[in-house]
Formats: sequence, structure tokens, C-alpha cells
Amino acid sequence: MRELFWRRFARRRAAVLSLAFFVVIGAACALAPVLAPFPFDGIDLDSVKQPPSLSHWMGTDDLGRDVFTRMLFGGRVSILIGLLAAVVGTFLGTAIGAAAGYHGGVIDNVLMRITDVAYAIPTLPLLIILSAYSRAALVSMVLIIGLLSWMTTARVVRSQVLSIKEMDYVEAARGMGATDLRILVRHIVPNALGPILVGATLGVGNAIMIESSLSFLGLGVQPPTPTWGNMLMDSQATMVTKPWLTLFPGLAILFVVLAVNFIGDALRDALDPSASSR
Amino acid sequence: MGPYIARRLLQMVPLLAGISIVVFTLIQMAPGGPEAALLSTGRFVDPSVVEAYRVKLGVDQPVPMQYLRWAAAALTGDLGLSYSTTRPVVHMIGERLPATLELMGSAFLLAAVLAFLIGIASALRPHSWIDLLANGSAFVGIAMPVFWLGLLLQLVFAVELGWAPVSGTHTVGTSSLGDHLAHLVLPAIVLASRYVASWSRYFRASLISALQSDYVRTARAQGLSERRVLFTHAVRNALVPVVSAMALGLADLVSGAVITETVFAWPGIGRLFVQAMFGRDYPVLMGILLMGSLTVIVFNLAADVVYGLLDPRIRYE
Repeated sequence: MRELFWRRFARRRAAVLSLAFFVVIGAACALAPVLAPFPFDGIDLDSVKQPPSLSHWMGTDDLGRDVFTRMLFGGRVSILIGLLAAVVGTFLGTAIGAAAGYHGGVIDNVLMRITDVAYAIPTLPLLIILSAYSRAALVSMVLIIGLLSWMTTARVVRSQVLSIKEMDYVEAARGMGATDLRILVRHIVPNALGPILVGATLGVGNAIMIESSLSFLGLGVQPPTPTWGNMLMDSQATMVTKPWLTLFPGLAILFVVLAVNFIGDALRDALDPSASSR
Repeated sequence: MGPYIARRLLQMVPLLAGISIVVFTLIQMAPGGPEAALLSTGRFVDPSVVEAYRVKLGVDQPVPMQYLRWAAAALTGDLGLSYSTTRPVVHMIGERLPATLELMGSAFLLAAVLAFLIGIASALRPHSWIDLLANGSAFVGIAMPVFWLGLLLQLVFAVELGWAPVSGTHTVGTSSLGDHLAHLVLPAIVLASRYVASWSRYFRASLISALQSDYVRTARAQGLSERRVLFTHAVRNALVPVVSAMALGLADLVSGAVITETVFAWPGIGRLFVQAMFGRDYPVLMGILLMGSLTVIVFNLAADVVYGLLDPRIRYE
């Protein structure tokens, strides 16, 4: 089964390349303190606003800080927020969806009405309010984005659980005296892992986009800590004279989100051959 | 259908109540309160002045009391007074609404037409270069941050090429329609981009499966022209799921408008929201969020209703 899955996944060349790309970029950003040629807040007033060159691969900004260095450090924050927020959202969605689907009745009704409410509030404006009024640190960004992106996972997991809980092996486990929690954690959720994983993957891309949008409005992680989003915000005023400051962070977001989406897409096809588009 | 719609409309009442409670509480939980805007001017403000300000705004009351007062007024169509301008929130939103509707409407139209054309072109020749190109652009369109696309278009088409104005709704001193439309082009393209990407892929998939269906084979066997088979049989059926996806996407336009309006200095609801947020103008925030939520709910309902109307096999009891 696992081997079959990898064979199907490997058939999608774009996805394999994306996975490699994501791992390389992720590793480079994680190792930023080692790899970066300059300190991320190293102000060098002798070399401000330089276009890309051999010593500054992506140029320098208004304070003479090396853009390549800041891209590495910024990626660390952006990718970390993306990954962690997806974990928070997926965990919450799985817990809520599993509880609703497994117990049914009043619990199901209440949890699904809460999901309806959360679904109907326009996400970005609410995120804007929450991040504007909380201290814009990494932890709060992760929590805020995660707390507002569990709804789709909850619905998917609930419908999965509804069908899985009728399976014979669940009945057998119950017959042998397993507790509800054990049945859920050991028997039901592992069998719904496919769609959960797909949702989580797409959630990473989504969270990176949201972080960048919030940073662009000046509400994300605050300078001097660089993120791809706040680097873009800083660049807006000088876009015309120093386009490289706008180009690189945007390209980074685009390629990372693109890679994550390719991976999620291939995962979906590999896990569910009937939904394959080819 | 009638009873179904009535029941769904009835369900909206508790849903809206739930949403307004959640949003109201979240806004009120903000540390600092509305007087933070007063204090942030940096001048010394007498504590008694702050207290009088809080009493005047009614924020000295417990949050549940404030909510009940707000909700009672909201039921009569009164969303309260703005803290910053002391004008009715309803009027402020009303003033900004046309600009937002104009932007959303043109983006929606543009996205629908493009998605239709691209969908047909790629479904007729799957895996051709045009399909691959469309597929690639769709992936890029979905992964591209909206504001970054806006900045790039400003840089290339407004600054470098000078084909379109950078931002705003009209050039100072002119009020011609052509000038206004020129200002609309870039923001509409930016707002439409994601929807073109997702709707065209959606339409492609649904058209490909329609083209492989029995009724299309029958239509072909009857000797109908390929054009007729395509447009009166395949496309009509393939549009059913797409129309409902479009109604759902429309609900999401609210979020996109906030960013697009900010990038292009478009004086709509989205900009009003961002301004109100920095000024801690709670009644305005509350009004806009409530309106946005109502839009989402109404379009969700519309999606289901349209789905039922277009596909008679779907029955609502």
C-alpha cells in the first residue's frame, strides 16, 4: 500500500521536483545563521540600495542590509509560520470533525453550527482585527492563522468518520472493549489520514499567503525580524527605483506556495486514484 | 423548493446571531479599547477625559450589555455611530459600497468570461499546449499573493509602460468615464486572477466529463453538428457545478477586496475597513464584518438554490 502510494506520487514529476525544492529551500532557511553571508540586521551605510551583484546576490536595501541574507532569515519565519499554523489548524479541524462525526446527535449539531458560524465570517477581515490588536509575534501569528483555518478539515474529517465508524473493524474494536478515545485515535483517524494530510499540505501554502498579506498591511511579525511579507511591505514605496526589493520576496512566496500546492495535489491523486485527473 | 428556501432563511437568524456575538466579543476583547486611538496621539490626556469618553461611547458597560444594545439597534437597521466621524455607520458603508460593488462586479464578469473561454479551449484539447499553459497559469494564479501581483502590474503597466494609471479612481481634475475605466482595469484584473484560475480548472474538469457522457454520444449519433453538441448539450450540463462554485467564490471576494483596494487606493469598503481598524473604530468594523458575513451566507444559499434549479435531479426536502 505504502509502496503503491509512493509509486503514484513519484509519477508526478512536478510534485517530486516541488518536494525537493521545498526541502532545499526549507533547509537553507533553517540554516540561515550558518549560510547567510551577512548578519540579517547588519546595517552598512556604505553600500545602500545596491542592485544585485556578486557580493550582494539580491542587492541591498535602504539601510545597506543584504537582501539575500534577509530572504533566508525571512523564509525561516514565513515557512515556520506556514508549517505551524497548518499543524494547529489541522489538529483542531481533525479533533472537531472526529468528535462531531463519531458522537453524532447534539454534539455533532453544536460543533457543526459552530463550524458554520466560523465559515461564514470573512476570514481576512477577522484576521486583520485579531492581529492588529494582539502583539504581532510568531506565536500569536501561528495561533491566529491556525484558529481560523480548521473549518474545511473539520467538515472533511467529519464525513470520513461518518463512513469509517460503520466499518466492521470499528465494531470489532468496540466489541473487545476499546474506549471511544482509543477507537478514534487508533482506528478511525489513521484511516482518514489521507484527506487530513492533503488538507494540511494545502494549509501550509494558505498560511504562508495569509502571513504575507497581514505583513503587507503592516500587521504581521514586526521589523527588524524579516519575513517575506514585511520585506514586501517595506519595498512598496521604493518599488519603482529598486524593483529587486519587490521582486525577490514575492518570487519566494510564489515558488514556495506553488511547490506546496503541487505536493498537495499529487498527494490527493496518489491517495485517491479515482479522483486522478489523468 | 419554496419550503426549502424558507427553512434556510429561517436558519440564517441563529447563524447571524452567532456570528455577531463572536465578532462583537472578539472586537471588544482587543486590549486598549477605543480610547487607545485617543491616547496614541502622544499628548497627555486627563484620565477623567478618557473616562468621560468611555462613558459617552458606552464602552464602560459590561460587554454582554453593550452587545444587547448594539443588537437591538441593529435589528432596526441602525449600526451605531462611528467613533471617529460620529456619523452613522450605515451611511459610511453606503457611501463606499458603490466603489466596491463596481470593482467586484467587473472582476467577477472578467473572471467568468475568461474562465469560460479558457475552460472550453482546454477541455476540447486536453493535454494540448493550450491546456498545459492554462494549467500552469492556474497554479501560478492561485499561488501568487494578490498584493504582489498588484505591485507587479503597477510597476510594469502603470510605471514602465504608462498604459494605465497607478491607483485611485480618477485623475485629479478630470471626471470622464474613459479615465475612470482606465483606473478600474488593473485592480479588476488583480481581483479576478484567482477566480479565473480556479473556475477555469473547475469548468475544464466538468466539461471533459460531460463530453465523455452518454448523452453527448447520443447527440453526436443523431448527427448534430459538433458546435451544437458542445454548446447545447455538453456546456449547459458542465456549467451546473461551476455556477455553484462561482457563487461560493463570490462570497470570498470580500477578503480579496480588502487587499486589492489597499494596493490600488480604491475608496471602497475594504479601505474603509483598514482605516477603521487602525483608528479602532469598532462600530464600523462591526458593521462591515456583519455585512460581509451576510454576503457569505446569502451567496451560500444562492449557490444551493441555483444548483437545484439547474439540475432537476437534485431535490431538497
